[in-house]
Amino acid sequence: MSQTATQDRPGGVLEGLSDLFLARPKLLTLLLLLPPLLWIGIIYVGSLFALLLQSFYSLDDFSGLVVHEFTLSTYAQLLEEANVQIILRTMTMAAIVTIACAIIAFPIAYYAARYARGWTKALFYLAVMMPLWSSYLVKVYAWKLILAKEGILTWMAQGLHLQWVIDGLLAMPIIGGPTLSFSYIGTFLVFVYVWIPYMILPVQAALERVPVNYIEASADLGADSRQTFWTIIFPLALPGLIAGSIFTFSLTLGDYIIPQIVGNSRLMIGQAVYTLQGTAGNIPLAAAFTVVPMVIMGVYLWMAKRMGAFDVL
Amino acid sequence: MSSSGPSSQPAFAMPSAVSFRNVSRAFGSVRAVDRLSLDIDEGEFFAMLGPSGSGKTTCLRLIAGFEQPDDGHIEIFGETAEGVPPYKRSVNTVFQDYALFPHMSVGENVAYGLMIRGVSRAEREAKARAALEMVKLGGYELRRPAQLSGGQRQRVALARALVNEPKVLLLDEPLGALDLKLREQMQEELKALQKELGITFVFVTHDQGEALSMANRVAIFNEGKIMQVGSPVEIYERPRSRFVADFVGSSNVLPPKFAAAHGGTAYWTSLRPERIGVFAPGTLVPAVQAHADGIVTSINYQGSATRFCVTTDEALLTAETPATAARYRQGDGVRLIWPKSAMVAMEAET
Repeated sequence: MSQTATQDRPGGVLEGLSDLFLARPKLLTLLLLLPPLLWIGIIYVGSLFALLLQSFYSLDDFSGLVVHEFTLSTYAQLLEEANVQIILRTMTMAAIVTIACAIIAFPIAYYAARYARGWTKALFYLAVMMPLWSSYLVKVYAWKLILAKEGILTWMAQGLHLQWVIDGLLAMPIIGGPTLSFSYIGTFLVFVYVWIPYMILPVQAALERVPVNYIEASADLGADSRQTFWTIIFPLALPGLIAGSIFTFSLTLGDYIIPQIVGNSRLMIGQAVYTLQGTAGNIPLAAAFTVVPMVIMGVYLWMAKRMGAFDVL
Repeated sequence: MSSSGPSSQPAFAMPSAVSFRNVSRAFGSVRAVDRLSLDIDEGEFFAMLGPSGSGKTTCLRLIAGFEQPDDGHIEIFGETAEGVPPYKRSVNTVFQDYALFPHMSVGENVAYGLMIRGVSRAEREAKARAALEMVKLGGYELRRPAQLSGGQRQRVALARALVNEPKVLLLDEPLGALDLKLREQMQEELKALQKELGITFVFVTHDQGEALSMANRVAIFNEGKIMQVGSPVEIYERPRSRFVADFVGSSNVLPPKFAAAHGGTAYWTSLRPERIGVFAPGTLVPAVQAHADGIVTSINYQGSATRFCVTTDEALLTAETPATAARYRQGDGVRLIWPKSAMVAMEAET
């Protein structure tokens, strides 16, 4: 306890602290950052690391126990035909869902960013966000009813004499099935419906940041609307599209509920993880499966960066 | 595209670069441009000067094609401009905040118009390089707009417009974002560039100094109408209305009675402060000059000049004298003397 003048004054300790922080601003920054850093470091990165570690262990087939020794045999197992099928199936679904989301979301986002003002803008946000407020399970089960054989979609198609369209779609190989709710078409529709807000919002944010005078400048320099779209608007919206696609792609890669409720019985990555870590107790293989989406997203982002998608940010 | 040859046509048949006939453009209930007529000749450096909201920028946007008139007729080099989209006009714009494309290099920005027109890569790169050299930015092709200073961006925007060889170059407050020194330098450069290229320049500004020093002709805008068009000297020396007298420079606007009693005529009259000399009371006044006696109510030192506010019996007058001549103090009685020829009778009070 040193008897400095600072501490003699009323509120001396706090004032001393405030003097200290004023003199060493970095200390204050560190103090403020420490709790969130610890949170991210331990709970987030730490658990991810633990997961990664698990994937390098293996399951003893005989005893059903995890062998805590470093091995690549789990990854070898991951590359077996059936598992590769699961991965490819999931990736294809994720890619198609992402592309569909991008195509549907872009015009909506463009309208919202460029034309919607005042109450139309409020309405837009409400329309995009409201589905996010209701339970995800309720929405998926609602879709199951919509797509079921006795569902509203079939009923409408019959009323419009378009039953042959649904029949034709269901007769197609791979994507078809007994009914829409038991086919890849159904799974795809529900995925697109559930994830589309995650595409619309970042694209809208990116478009919002494109000033009108870029478009005017482009027109001024002789570009018609189509040229302006591909040379100015699209490149500047690309970071938003990439951000949106990260959501739609990774959410599809990891989801295990939608394909379980709407779709055929073939597994997706999420379902595989769910089954493996649950009843099978094969934590190492489940961990290896979860590493797959992380690697895919890593490669995807690296490629996007190489293509210059983030240059404008 | 006139059907008869130039020899059979009198001199006035040559179309103006830009011509407005009774053009109106309203935004909601605001008449941004109100039945406005205007002719800009080929090769002119034309300034549109006015306070914000006076319709000058809307006029520029009507020429560029970003706005279409509600009413009236616009011609650009004799061709009807209504309904023609911006990308089909031989007019290019330098935007107020430059609007350089952030995802393209400086070279790509400048070559953009050529690329759109399908000019080959080699040719457009050569032309872009030449345009950048013209604005003294040779060697900057690979930089990004974000890496440039405000003045450099301004030059890139200029090069990007000029590389397309427009018939009319539109400049929207081109120097507004630059600091004073740079602004003065760019004023000189723009003037020189315009002389060299001979292209019609139309520029919008709210800075009267800029308009007077750069343009051949100035149009003064107020509330969607043109108050006066003329050379800078005409605008400054012979303002036709109180608005012009006040907006361009500053002026003593004298009521008709006071003007008539002090060497002028019975009209609203403009008298520039710098034409008024401040002298000791009782100083002799020659016949060609007029005078008023009063008391100095305030003194405003401005470096190169000093402004005196002097209260006379009927009016409050401002006189501006070189700083060296300023030997009077607040409360001193003075005699203000000015040439009668400096009093400019105006047509309108407003």
